[in-house]
Amino acid sequence: MTSPNPAAKRSFASRFDGEKILLALAAPVLAVLLSLVICSALLAVSGKDPFDAFDVMIRYGTASDGQVLTLNRATVYYVAGCAAAFGFRMNLFNIGVEGQYRLGVLFAAYVGSQVDLPSFIQIPLLLVTAMLVGGLWASVAGLLKVYRGVSEVISTIMLNAIATAVVGLLLIPGRFAPAKSANANAIQTAPVSESSHFFSIETAGGTLWGFIFVAILIGVLFQFTLTRTRFGFDLRATGRSETAAKASGVNVKRMVLTSMAVSGAIAGLIGIPELLQSSFYFGQSIQLNLGFIGISVALLGRNSPIGIAFSALLFAFLDVSGTQLPLHGDYPQEIVLVMQGTIVICVVVAYELVRRYGLKRQQQKVGAELAAQAAAAANKEVAA
Amino acid sequence: MSTATTARPKTPGAPTKKSKITWPIVLLLIAGALVLVSAVGAATGNHGLTASGQINAALGAAVPIAMAGLGGLWSERAGVVNIGLEGMMVAGTFCGAWVGFLVNPWVGLLAGMAGGALGGLLHALVTVTFGVDHIVSGVGINLLIPGICAYVNRIYYRDYVANGAGANQSPPADSLPTITIPGLSDWLNDIEGHHWFLVSDVAGIVGGVVTDLSVVILIAAALIVASYFLLWRTVFGLRLRSCGENPTAAESLGVNVYKYKYFAVIASGAFAGLAGAYLSLVAAHFYKDGQTQGRGFIGLAAMIFGNWMPGGLAVGSGLFGFTDSLQLRDADNVHVLLLVIALAMGLLAMWHGYRRKYTTAVISLVVAGGLGLWYALTDSVERPLIVATPYVITLVVLALASQRLRPPKADGQIYRKGEGK
Repeated sequence: MTSPNPAAKRSFASRFDGEKILLALAAPVLAVLLSLVICSALLAVSGKDPFDAFDVMIRYGTASDGQVLTLNRATVYYVAGCAAAFGFRMNLFNIGVEGQYRLGVLFAAYVGSQVDLPSFIQIPLLLVTAMLVGGLWASVAGLLKVYRGVSEVISTIMLNAIATAVVGLLLIPGRFAPAKSANANAIQTAPVSESSHFFSIETAGGTLWGFIFVAILIGVLFQFTLTRTRFGFDLRATGRSETAAKASGVNVKRMVLTSMAVSGAIAGLIGIPELLQSSFYFGQSIQLNLGFIGISVALLGRNSPIGIAFSALLFAFLDVSGTQLPLHGDYPQEIVLVMQGTIVICVVVAYELVRRYGLKRQQQKVGAELAAQAAAAANKEVAA
Repeated sequence: MSTATTARPKTPGAPTKKSKITWPIVLLLIAGALVLVSAVGAATGNHGLTASGQINAALGAAVPIAMAGLGGLWSERAGVVNIGLEGMMVAGTFCGAWVGFLVNPWVGLLAGMAGGALGGLLHALVTVTFGVDHIVSGVGINLLIPGICAYVNRIYYRDYVANGAGANQSPPADSLPTITIPGLSDWLNDIEGHHWFLVSDVAGIVGGVVTDLSVVILIAAALIVASYFLLWRTVFGLRLRSCGENPTAAESLGVNVYKYKYFAVIASGAFAGLAGAYLSLVAAHFYKDGQTQGRGFIGLAAMIFGNWMPGGLAVGSGLFGFTDSLQLRDADNVHVLLLVIALAMGLLAMWHGYRRKYTTAVISLVVAGGLGLWYALTDSVERPLIVATPYVITLVVLALASQRLRPPKADGQIYRKGEGK
């Protein structure tokens, strides 16, 4: 449809873009607000003062030690989010991030405890080990999907459980864990060598993990791959419509295998900052459920590297500041779980509602324009 | 469901056969498996696999998995994938234990179902009305419901410490009744003790079923049978399943697709809630954080294993329940199980050879040989391996049978009203 007035068209286009951005922002903001309302209600019903609770969280989150902790936590969540998002971009639901990262970090911890090379070789070696293990474990699901048509959702859930068993098997003393452990009760690998320690930055608020730069690099590479490479184009095309991609010559099987492996490789890195910057060994203390948090972070961030950064920060902020709740005024820390859960559900619903609203607006606009045109044509006829 | 557990060694190979699995074949397989297990028991002197205690434990472990799987079945037959079963189960454990303590365990069971149904309602609202991706919604529910339960118990259990509550543990509820058939149970127990070939094994299995059987197990079995009749033998079931196969066609025939989907997903949540209530009222007498231990996912796997059919679901959950209970019992049992599976694979190899499917035969033979060697060279099986067995078996079955498994055609697809016009 050609518009009679080019100037009017441009202003229309620019206005619509602004509206588009507004709509895109509306969903996450709406979700966070809605989740705040729901959690306030829950707090109030249970006889607690919601505003005071939020005040405790915000006060800690804006203090410098809280900020450093938030950034460190967000680093981990960001990597987890990217791992999940890479699969999501191709409509692959890699629920197996959990198992992939546990195996990846276990093997990295083992190699790190056995090998002692100069740092500039050692650290890349550990990163590659983790990525390789994570990628290979994810490939099992990829292969099953491509060659046997097994849904990756169910196979990765199974693989998660099997990964837990594999970790248990490998941690039997004498295998990956030293035969004689310093701590008899804890089953864990020997600590990684000194040369494996990743650099960190001392700030007023504590130690900021240097791995944050790796996380940023992952985000940049993610964005670059998606928008600037043939592979990324194919990936997005396949994610939009598999049949259309196939018709235009994309090898969907290879795409599934590659993206599953890449997703797993990124997943392998999730545990690395914890390993090389804080705990230095693999044991019971390793944080669980990072895979599922990664999925939530990716969903909240709409699978875009920038969006994931914001949602990782939000989730990390909630987690870190939530630890202060029991200390200041007897609020159960578990409210943070409720908040994260409601945010995830609200955000998907909000995206859908906003999408429908946008569609309706567009239809109305096109309808109005058509009506205006018809009216103009009728006027001309009357004038003639 | 005891038949489900004994049919176990044969099931992995069953779907590869061309012929349709009919009742006589199933019974024959069960009889064959029983003879095999008895023979191994007689040869090794280890009768643990058919001990009544083992069967009883397996049944108990199978119930929550079967109920979660039944929830998955209802929802997926109506075309909604329900990854959120785990979260709905948590709602069931929580509400079941809580109301079970406050009122009585019977009301607790109902409350557990109601709690799960609420989770189902949320899932239905998000997926059916708002048209959000089913897996996304499920993941959100798995995050939200355990969070709410952990939050609420942190606040309220504190007031019940005198009644035996802990920081993340509810006060204990009363027990539900169990059924033991007095004369029969002792008599069977006596026979089992003699270790006669085959007779004692049958006695052990039957004895496991008639001794200390929780009424909830009976209810669960009845629900599976009832679900079959409701879904496959009534107009209601036909309509519900049509929503999972082709909702557009169903709508054009006047079926209110939204209504059926809502009903199915809410029912799905109720079953998952019952699974949870079983855990907190029968398996234990209290609620604890993390009590479900991923059983919702296992239920889903059992359902897929069973090809989205109630009978298959029962077999699948029997399998999972059996291996689940093995880890709690004597480690020698598992070692003997290796020999059983090795022999079963050997027989399978011979069958395939007879049917001139030589590649499959050779593969089965190699697996049989490997397992046999494993049995001969080791004294026990490590615990983590036992835990992983059902998952590995499921993966293998999925890989072997994926072309034969058939999910509902519109399963997981987002449906919007008015597409049928």
